[in-house]
Amino acid sequence: MTYIPISPHERDDMLKTIGVKSLDDLFDAIPAKYRFPKLDLPRALTEMEAYAELSELAQANENVRGDLISFLGAGMYNHYIPSVIDHILRRGEFYTAYTPYQPEISQGTLQAIFEYQSLMSALTGMDVSNASHYDGATATAEAVSLAYAQFRGKRKKVIVSPTLHPQYRAVIRTYTQGMEITVEGDDQSLVSNLQSSNLQFSTDSLQSLISEDTCLLILQYPDFFGRVYDYTKLIEASHAKGALVCVVANPTALAMFKTPGEMGADIVVGDGQPLGIPMWYGGPSVGFFTTRKNYVHKMAGRLVGETVDNRGQRAYVLTLTAREQHIKRERATSNICTNQGLLALATAIYLSVLGKSGLKQVANLCYQKAHYAARELSKVKGYKVSSETFFHEFVLECPAPVAEINAHLLDEGILGGYDLSQDYPALKNQMLVAVTEMNSREDIDVFVKILSEVNHD
Amino acid sequence: MTNIASTTAASSAAGTPPLSAKVVEPTIFDLSSPGRIGVTMPASDVPETDSPPQHFLRLELPLPEVAEVDVVRHYMHLSKFNYSVDSGYYPLGSCTMKYNPKINEDTCRLPGFLFTHPLQPIETVQGNLALMYQLQEWLKEIAGFAGVTLQPAAGAHGEFTGVLMMRAYHKSRGDTQRTRMLIPDAAHGTNPASVGMMGMTVVTIPSDERGNVDLNALEAACDDTVVGMMLTNPNTLGLFDEHIERVIELVHGCGGLMYGDGANLNALLGIVRPGDLGFDLMHFNLHKTFSVPHGGGGPGVGPVGVAAHLVDFLPEPLVGILEEGEDGWSPVYGFVKPAKSIGRMKAFNGHFGGGFVRSFTYIAMHGPDGLKDIAQYAVLNANYLLAKLRDTYHVPFDRICMHEFVAEGQFEGSDVRALDIAKRLMDYNFHPPTNYFPLIVHEALMIEPTETENKDTLDAFADALIKIAEEAKSQPDLLHNAPSTTLFGRMDEVKAARELVLCCWLPEGYDLNA
Repeated sequence: MTYIPISPHERDDMLKTIGVKSLDDLFDAIPAKYRFPKLDLPRALTEMEAYAELSELAQANENVRGDLISFLGAGMYNHYIPSVIDHILRRGEFYTAYTPYQPEISQGTLQAIFEYQSLMSALTGMDVSNASHYDGATATAEAVSLAYAQFRGKRKKVIVSPTLHPQYRAVIRTYTQGMEITVEGDDQSLVSNLQSSNLQFSTDSLQSLISEDTCLLILQYPDFFGRVYDYTKLIEASHAKGALVCVVANPTALAMFKTPGEMGADIVVGDGQPLGIPMWYGGPSVGFFTTRKNYVHKMAGRLVGETVDNRGQRAYVLTLTAREQHIKRERATSNICTNQGLLALATAIYLSVLGKSGLKQVANLCYQKAHYAARELSKVKGYKVSSETFFHEFVLECPAPVAEINAHLLDEGILGGYDLSQDYPALKNQMLVAVTEMNSREDIDVFVKILSEVNHD
Repeated sequence: MTNIASTTAASSAAGTPPLSAKVVEPTIFDLSSPGRIGVTMPASDVPETDSPPQHFLRLELPLPEVAEVDVVRHYMHLSKFNYSVDSGYYPLGSCTMKYNPKINEDTCRLPGFLFTHPLQPIETVQGNLALMYQLQEWLKEIAGFAGVTLQPAAGAHGEFTGVLMMRAYHKSRGDTQRTRMLIPDAAHGTNPASVGMMGMTVVTIPSDERGNVDLNALEAACDDTVVGMMLTNPNTLGLFDEHIERVIELVHGCGGLMYGDGANLNALLGIVRPGDLGFDLMHFNLHKTFSVPHGGGGPGVGPVGVAAHLVDFLPEPLVGILEEGEDGWSPVYGFVKPAKSIGRMKAFNGHFGGGFVRSFTYIAMHGPDGLKDIAQYAVLNANYLLAKLRDTYHVPFDRICMHEFVAEGQFEGSDVRALDIAKRLMDYNFHPPTNYFPLIVHEALMIEPTETENKDTLDAFADALIKIAEEAKSQPDLLHNAPSTTLFGRMDEVKAARELVLCCWLPEGYDLNA
């Protein structure tokens, strides 16, 4: 199959205009001994064959909309995606356009990003949002770069809550390998403390780490275990030492709970996947990044601002580009070039079409169903649920290793929760259970019933 | 929070556009009307739980209130303000704006791909893992590498991954004095920025008069403090380096590693494998070469291929075969962690749905000969345009080009600039080429036709550029004032940067001039 719209006759005309005899003659600059390798790839498929092959691969998976009932979250969530979103995303004008470097013919993308920025600022309670990052984890790592740059490299310590998503913590460590930054807070002793203190999150232990050398404190909200804390005092304490605070937030939770902005956070980031983006086996999603206006010049990533054109029409452009790599090159705080344009658009459409009432309904359904599940599970002998305030995810203490329980659940068509012992060895038999609006009461009852059977095994 | 539209006095004082500014399309906040509903969610089917304590709660959620039809029309209007590959010719140099096959849009939305969770047990996602494994293998074969990570989210992210691996490689050998990265003056800005993130020093290597790396300058820069070299080949002038083997020999000779920026891989498919030439590692841009649509600025997809000596440093996780299949059964695929991995570059498994599935579909439909056709016709189209334009526009490095070439957008005795030419092209209903890049060409116009354009389109584009060159002499104001036929004219970029209105909302008490 080919998408090349040139006939052999036209090709020959073109070669003549160029002044060469054959297509191969265009490649004389390439060392002869390596030229035209025979690639060992399967023969080309037609569209019909390709669709069949891809369908077969897709069907080899068990998905959470037909095959499995899911109670798995841990950073990516199964939410309902209104039909209207994909209909708009499929407009070729949106998905086959490039970065809006020519604003006269890119106002669709530019205004959509401007509205995305506005919606994210409104949701997080912050002043400004950029046009997005790759995902929640890389957005968090970029917060480190912002804070490091804000203090001109003089503050070299980043404190990370042990209840920040383990993969986010891993990404921060990868990103900071070449910087003179130390990452503290999630070392083994503190992680083990979570167990000895019955998962109690100790703000004191983090607070004691904050010093004059700290550039950033990173907290998650709700935390990786699903729990909601008011971080106001911790943020104040951090500010008292001059350090900035970044809160990694679940965007759905922000429809119900006090915003990190209200608590005084300097940077609020997170993954926008719950806002209208399919899980897609992990990506692409969108990393949102919002902050106070004071830090806008240190913020990485594209930014759209309002202006007028030469006809007096309200319009939008990429602005403050002097911060970015294509101007600043090695002096840029980040090398980021692309944003997640199409996914930011999905998020903007989701927030628009759900709007004020719809997003509250989603958050409330998540909250209600998760609490129903927790209540029912806590009645089952051998299982325990902590009594702390949580949103739509909670830790379930099980009578057996989570891997064993999950294997049994899978036999019954249920995707169990996340096995916390993978990242927190001390947290044996602890399952992180996520419940969203997609789980019916019947699903939850089946889940509870099968778990109670495990206990009796 | 205050809606700008409802506080006119405050907003004009704060420096938002004058109220006389015509509004072509209201924002979604402007369209909001209290009580309108877009999507209604089902009622709860579980016994009610009390709300969380009051002090935890959010009081106001300042999102728009609009109906579904409002949303559809709003975005439909906005879509019409965009130029795109589906609507016309988009010869944006270095961006490979090829036509994206529609079948990709269907395969990537198969429910088995859309609705799988990244942390599902591997036995429930063997289809996804098989696809990722196969794509790793294909990319290895196409570019001549021993290992591939699919994880990086974009080209720049791939570069960062590569630089981290280069650093880790030298460190593992005790070669810790290596802190200088050699980068040609024609390189993309992301190259030096990736190096800057690592605290390394950039050493700029000039180009020679034929657009190759200046071998003397390179030789002088090579010593035991060199991490390696980051080279885009073909480079951003669209030229294949005529001394590529010598360049690589020099870098390897001083113990450095050779990094390939795969931005221009479209020109090399089935033509030459960077790994065979001696590149130690390279990132792919699946969104350029392998038809993942650009999405108005993303997502990108930036896998990295490496030679055998770097395989152990790849980011985790990779997809591997955990158990070989026997008697016609498929193998069992799963995740593996390389021995000296630099760690994780992002959460979860990379840009699977929007990226890997589309590129897999594309490669499967091309096969070895189809891929070679892509490169050959991309190069044919570029040289055809070059042949038609070189008498009108000065091409400073004029030899057989690869998939793109760079001309100068200026004429003797005229004050017309590349920017004016770019804007005037919009009046002819073309997207302009990249301008002002690479930095080593004055008033650069960087033209990349791609293989998916026919001869008629190329002829029309060349005719338009030739006509514009005449206009530049006879009616320069036509160019200075262009575009005039588009819905929007040139922008006041200074105003945007000075006033910094970055959202439709202003928090209460927000003072933009503070």
